[in-house]
Amino acid sequence: MLFTSYEFIAFFFLLIVLYYLIPGRYQWMLLLAAGYVFYWAANPDYLIFLLAVTVLTYTAALLIDQSLVNQKKYLKNYGGEMDRQAKKEYKALQEKKRKKIIVWFLIMVLSILASAKYINFFILNLNSILQTMGSGRQISFIDLLLPLGISFYTFQAIGYMLDVYRGNISAEKNFFRYALFVSFFPQLIQGPISRFQDLARTMWEPHPFRGKNLQNGLLRVLWGYFKKLVVADRLLIVVDLLLEQPEKYCGAYTVIIMIFYTVQLYADFTGGIDITIGIAQVLGIEVQENFRRPYFSKSLKEYWRRWHISMSSWFRDYVFYPVSASRAMQKISKGAGKLWGAKAGKRLPVYLSSFVVWLATGIWHGASWNFVVWGLLNWAVLMISEELEPLYVRFQQKFAFYGRLPYRLFQVGRTFLLICILNLFDCYEKVSVTLKMLFSVFGAENWKIFADGSLLCLGLTAADYIVLAAAVFMMISVSLIQRRGSVRTRIAGMRYPAQAAVWIGLFLMVLLFGKYGIGYDAGQFIYNRF
Amino acid sequence: MKAGLLCREIFGKSESEETYMKKRRNILILRALSTATVVVVMLAGLQRVLMPKYTGADREGSMIGEYYSQEKDHDVIFIGDCEVYTNFSPAVLWEEYGINSYIRGSAEQLIWQSYYLTEETFTYEKPKVLVFNVLSMMFNEPQRESYNRMTLDGMRWSASKIKCIEVSMTEEENFIEYVFPILRFHDRWSELTKEDFTKAWKKDPVTFNGYYMRVDTLPAENIPEARKLGDYRFGENAYYYLDKLTELCQEAGVELVLIKAPSLYPPWYDEWDQQIEEYAEIHGLKYYNLLDAAEEIGLDYSTDTYDAGLHLNLSGAEKLSRYFGAILAEDCGLPNRKQDRELALKWEEKLQAYREEIKRQKTLTDNSAAQ
Repeated sequence: MLFTSYEFIAFFFLLIVLYYLIPGRYQWMLLLAAGYVFYWAANPDYLIFLLAVTVLTYTAALLIDQSLVNQKKYLKNYGGEMDRQAKKEYKALQEKKRKKIIVWFLIMVLSILASAKYINFFILNLNSILQTMGSGRQISFIDLLLPLGISFYTFQAIGYMLDVYRGNISAEKNFFRYALFVSFFPQLIQGPISRFQDLARTMWEPHPFRGKNLQNGLLRVLWGYFKKLVVADRLLIVVDLLLEQPEKYCGAYTVIIMIFYTVQLYADFTGGIDITIGIAQVLGIEVQENFRRPYFSKSLKEYWRRWHISMSSWFRDYVFYPVSASRAMQKISKGAGKLWGAKAGKRLPVYLSSFVVWLATGIWHGASWNFVVWGLLNWAVLMISEELEPLYVRFQQKFAFYGRLPYRLFQVGRTFLLICILNLFDCYEKVSVTLKMLFSVFGAENWKIFADGSLLCLGLTAADYIVLAAAVFMMISVSLIQRRGSVRTRIAGMRYPAQAAVWIGLFLMVLLFGKYGIGYDAGQFIYNRF
Repeated sequence: MKAGLLCREIFGKSESEETYMKKRRNILILRALSTATVVVVMLAGLQRVLMPKYTGADREGSMIGEYYSQEKDHDVIFIGDCEVYTNFSPAVLWEEYGINSYIRGSAEQLIWQSYYLTEETFTYEKPKVLVFNVLSMMFNEPQRESYNRMTLDGMRWSASKIKCIEVSMTEEENFIEYVFPILRFHDRWSELTKEDFTKAWKKDPVTFNGYYMRVDTLPAENIPEARKLGDYRFGENAYYYLDKLTELCQEAGVELVLIKAPSLYPPWYDEWDQQIEEYAEIHGLKYYNLLDAAEEIGLDYSTDTYDAGLHLNLSGAEKLSRYFGAILAEDCGLPNRKQDRELALKWEEKLQAYREEIKRQKTLTDNSAAQ
């Protein structure tokens, strides 16, 4: 059951009715059942993965929590009789035990993710090595199931486990309540990757019906469908066609691919998140925002603070900080400090930790080298920008136009172009093809395609392009208005006829201009496969 | 303010506050209802405009729906695919034999669709004879969505229609898109023509009692050779619905007559013919392979077809109807109803329209030939 299916829409409306009919204390149970039905409808076998991740992380958190409680109790009871050294030793011993638990459970949970997502990538690379070594032996690929959104709920569950380990939160004792946190259906297959402390408790609370939640939530859902069906799936037609034949569609077509794919990715992912947040709001639950107008960023660094925020902060908190604070990094820092000075000693661990984060981010996005290269390119650009920062500052101080609108627009345009180029690595599985396509732009002789009607041979009619342009204009306008506050609050403040016109207009646009139904592959969202 | 709060605590809400709340609730309900009405009316109108009108080159989608505006006392109902709606002329059957007939044909009508259309037809009327063209026995499973639409969208909502949709849908189809066709045809917004607006609520019939008239000629010259099949046996599903059709007719007291229309293509294999013959014999049905009787009918495939042998043109359809009318009158004992004044008057009107259409099409054909 996907967000864009009729079955899902029926499921959602039925759920709303039931949700507000039953007593508030049972609402969370209904949500739990809904999550499992939703995932089961996509494929019954997916449930095995969901259950395994839930059981493992629940158990690990309980064991760790128990160890912390026991430690506290022990110290309370016998702490008075122990000297400082004995206490320290006892704490270290307990910490070691907990570390053992977390490491083992992390290995188990990550093994599930790896077995579903990365085993064939591993075999592919092993085969390449065997071939290079002259061995005629090749390992066969395994036909494995890749459950929708496995990376999202696995990371969410790992985050919970690590938070309990760090003592930031206590473990949830009720298995079913915890299971709801992992399987909350609106965010199950494409995030955001929520934190237990932000989401869980609001899910268990009773939620009385509030017209405002329904109104705001449904409007957000409708806006999400608009982005997905009117923009993303319209662009998908062209992007799919162009990506199918890189030999034919290169040169100037690469520019179209980069721009169209980048806009499609935005409309698809943010549209999906709008639907997620909107559904949660209808149910009275607040899910954190995952985007803050990312294409208005003036640098790549800023972009990554505004794009897929929950993933970036997850990697920051659970990968970057532990790696940069690790003993190994401290040693490297000291060594670098001695060799190249204190500044380098401070920076090197940051850069190396960032390298690990971006390598992991690339692999998280997909089990192929193009994603690894994409991740590392992001890292390289960010690190170069960081190194050149003093130069920028000097430049900005020297010229008066810095900070003015034209320069800000230039910065936004430059960052968008950079994102377009980086996104090209998402498009082709082979890095060599991506590079070939990228370089084909410079020697392109087919720029006339923008004027000779070639664009009308890519699966979209002139009317489609008009709709697309108008829809993109709408998305930009909404983002601009958003900078000054919530658009939905503004709409709610309008007179009733104007409000109704917005609702009906948006609904009709989705209904008429959306690419769905027979002949269209609206189905999956791009981020469902991650 | 304080006094007001105190009053509220003691006596509950004040009368004016209650009236205000009531008013506000009423306004909200009124707003919701009026908005819902506007949306429903708007959607209904849009749906009408967006649905294909089937009045141009693809008229076949209009046929099923035209039946409902007809009088319902037909002697014969023809049921089946294009081989019935292009090959038989009810006007000739009336003129020559006084037989009141109607063709409930549609493009690539599959046998389960024929069955449910018959079931639905029998709720309106019980003809004396039901003529079923057996070509659709070659299909054992749903085929194409576009053809499903041409048969199913025209049907009025009934239990038969629901069952018919369920068994006809291909994997890519969704029942909800039949309930709300706007979901299927929403993307026609960019190809709308003036006709989509002018014919959204009312359109002229495209058939003459279900007959799709074509007066032009394209001789049958190179009929593709029939390719050999691995298995000539009709599918289980096809037989299942043929059995159901037979039972339905028996229960309704309607004589089921099986025919194979004299179209040269798609091929009709001897092995298929044999199976239908056997079936007819076992079930005591009449079966006429009119393809074998082409000479006797007087069909000349160089002048009597408009698309090289797939379908008969007016000339061919009239010859076939004269021939088959005699069978209906003699073998099935259908009476000549020309004495029925009311019916005769209705037919007079229909015949006039029929003749005018012949004239119109002939002028068009002559003009295009002259050019």
